Amino acid sequence: MTPVITVKNLRKTYGAKVAVDDVSFEVRRGEIFGILGPNGAGKTTSVECLTGLRAADDGEIRVLGLDPAHDGAALRERVGVQLQEGELHPKIRVREALELFASFYPDPADGVALATRLGLAEKLDAQYRHLSGGQKQRLAVALALIGKPEIAVLDELTTGLDPQARREVWELVESVREEGVTIVLVTHFMDEAERLCDRIAVIDAGRVVATDTPAGLAVGARRGQVMRFRTDGDGARVTALLEGLDSVEEARVDRGEIVVRGREDVVVDVVLALAEAGVRPVDVEVARTSLEDAFVQLTRSHEEV
Amino acid sequence: MNANTVILRTQARLFLREPANVFFALLFPALLLLAIGLAIPGMREPITEGALAGSGVRPVDLYMTAVLALAVATIALTTYPQVFAIYREKGVLRRLRTTPMPASRLLVAEIVVNLVALVVGVALALAVAFGVFRVEAPTQPLVVVLALVLGAVSMMALGSLVTALASSTGAASAMGMSLYFPMLFFGGVWVSVALMPDTLRTIATYVPLGAVAQALNEGWFGEGFPLHQLVVSVVWTAILVPLAARLFRWE
Repeated sequence: MTPVITVKNLRKTYGAKVAVDDVSFEVRRGEIFGILGPNGAGKTTSVECLTGLRAADDGEIRVLGLDPAHDGAALRERVGVQLQEGELHPKIRVREALELFASFYPDPADGVALATRLGLAEKLDAQYRHLSGGQKQRLAVALALIGKPEIAVLDELTTGLDPQARREVWELVESVREEGVTIVLVTHFMDEAERLCDRIAVIDAGRVVATDTPAGLAVGARRGQVMRFRTDGDGARVTALLEGLDSVEEARVDRGEIVVRGREDVVVDVVLALAEAGVRPVDVEVARTSLEDAFVQLTRSHEEV
Repeated sequence: MNANTVILRTQARLFLREPANVFFALLFPALLLLAIGLAIPGMREPITEGALAGSGVRPVDLYMTAVLALAVATIALTTYPQVFAIYREKGVLRRLRTTPMPASRLLVAEIVVNLVALVVGVALALAVAFGVFRVEAPTQPLVVVLALVLGAVSMMALGSLVTALASSTGAASAMGMSLYFPMLFFGGVWVSVALMPDTLRTIATYVPLGAVAQALNEGWFGEGFPLHQLVVSVVWTAILVPLAARLFRWE
């Protein structure tokens, strides 16, 4: 499938400060593509270049076949953007904001219907300054969608929202994707990226350090599984026994618990070996490496380079 | 609906939703003229001393032109830059730049709204002048209109410079106010232009609002053409507009 967004070797500096060093990625039509990275990694700058808000110093960007630096006006009719720190006039009413933004586009969506879908029907006559954080974010999403865009770029959508509001916004993003809108989601929240994204580019210090599905990134991280349990027996004897197994990479005693790390099939091996030795494990806990482990590893290993 | 219409309507509503705008831009010139004209003794008696003795001109007549200058300065240096400072501070301009609408149209709409507010403020002040104080019609109405138009343009240009430079609402009011009060002084709001010492009056000729006030006086009460003052207005505009455009930042 041809990508709707192609970014090749993007670079952007502010004076001596390198905001984006070398960023490349592709976004496919209809997917939710995550740009994940710690604060200051260059995520927002990348997105600003993508939407023509800033001119890149170097590299090639194509969005729907257009170059944001030259075809900005044409592009902005087809790409909806929600920005971090992009507010509205404190005294504008929700209905007026929807009407105003609708007037910018040739074939806008019905603002009231959109607001209703986003749970803002009760707030149509409320002024912007009286909205809660979640309502402001939902309005920002509504305004990003009002031009019936093919691509919606959402930057730090849920920062500052309470858990309930975050969940609502997530469901909203998923329903938007159901309608065929390609979504670029910029975030520094791991759980958000894991829950929503089909694929993720992890950006650190202005570079893409990995691009994969959330599961792919987790698998790519160094270890398969970690298992923890307690036993009545002698901890040292048990760890010595387990270290003899092929699938075990490491076994140790940690605060009265035995911690075993190994390949994906380590759990079965450990349980069988313990049974054979007559040891009964209790309080067994098994954890897969998560996207968070992968993220920490990717961004940390970069620092060490 | 047409984008320009919607933008204009929205900006007009937001203007009216700010009580300070409604009071200072629309009502204050008329109320100030009414209060000063009624409260201060002798305002309605013909001037008997100085250059204007025997001309039949009253202090309240002179104060009327000063109030018109004040109306121009209030719009140009307080209400107009304030809205843009809010927009820049809140990231509204940044947000608008991601839409197909050129953000410059917002600037144009804002200028139009402020100019309409100026016309209303001036009309209310004139209603008080004619209705309450029986001010006589200007000797040269076209000069008065020309002075107001060129003066409004040069002062809006000064306001645009504030708009271009102020990064926050606080900065916009600080810059606006530090220009506003000296402007009012040279515009004759504290001491009538006609009563200023010669040196001061000469300096005032070169100050944007001073030039407006002097041109208004000449057009209303005099017989001459205030070429010097009108040229000063045009020159200020020619300097300030390109400067503001150059320094303007969306963020």
